[in-house]
Amino acid sequence: MNRRRKCLRKLLEPPKIKGFSPFGGEINENAEPINLLFEEYEALKLCDYDLLTHFQASVEMNVSRPTFTRIYSSTRKKLAKAFVEGRRLNIEGGKVYFDTIWYQCGTCHSQFNNPKMEIPISNCPLCNSQQFVIVGVDAKPDDVKSDTAGICMCPKCGFEQPHEIGSPCMERNCPKCNALMRRKPREN
Amino acid sequence: MRVAITSTGNNLDSTLDPRFGRCAFFVIYDTDTKAIEFIPNPNKEATEGAGPASVQLVAAKDVSKIISGEFGMKIKSLLDSLQIQMIAIKEPDKTINAIIAMLETK
Repeated sequence: MNRRRKCLRKLLEPPKIKGFSPFGGEINENAEPINLLFEEYEALKLCDYDLLTHFQASVEMNVSRPTFTRIYSSTRKKLAKAFVEGRRLNIEGGKVYFDTIWYQCGTCHSQFNNPKMEIPISNCPLCNSQQFVIVGVDAKPDDVKSDTAGICMCPKCGFEQPHEIGSPCMERNCPKCNALMRRKPREN
Repeated sequence: MRVAITSTGNNLDSTLDPRFGRCAFFVIYDTDTKAIEFIPNPNKEATEGAGPASVQLVAAKDVSKIISGEFGMKIKSLLDSLQIQMIAIKEPDKTINAIIAMLETK
């Protein structure tokens, strides 16, 4: 009988390192390393580093809340085992996919992503124009709405103004109280 | 830098193929030497797995960007790990010539 297929877990970005190894004391070099899956690493990060609740984290990873809790408890068991038994920890494997941020060029209307997350995009890769906006995180290019501009708002005094394509709200100041602006959340 | 463009035919006046895995031809364009190469896609009639097989084909050509109409779920993660940029053009009647001209605008 086939096992039920696991649904894909969504990761924002892969971990920066490939694992940990213990030092000092009696280390059994022959012990099998513990294999922490990517999704388990992400669960730990969302829950204990970004301090999200299990429900919020499960939405981030695109799994149900009980599934998230199961992934998280397996993370803790593996970490505890690695610490207590002094075993190496490899972070690899798992049924995951990575989030892609899609941009849209304002000149040629093409959509593109940035595969090298550490280098920010400065020009449209097709027509070299500097007018582009983020159209969504892993939204399929087809269901992207045409009105991508939206509204900038001030979190302090509530002042609102239409978003200017190409200049991030986070880098602009509110004309009334000089606080940094934010994008107004979309109403769905 | 090399760019792969999906094409419906094997000349510069043919239009962009909106599908990636089952496009008729791949155009490999080298932005440094201006060399253009047409490769027929062997996965055109494949029933499944056309996307990943096509990724292998173009990755072997050492491209850093792929221009097509849309990209499927299976190849997104593959292209991410290969660090190949995806560019989706939503105007299917664009010719290969026009796209190459756009790449050359500075």
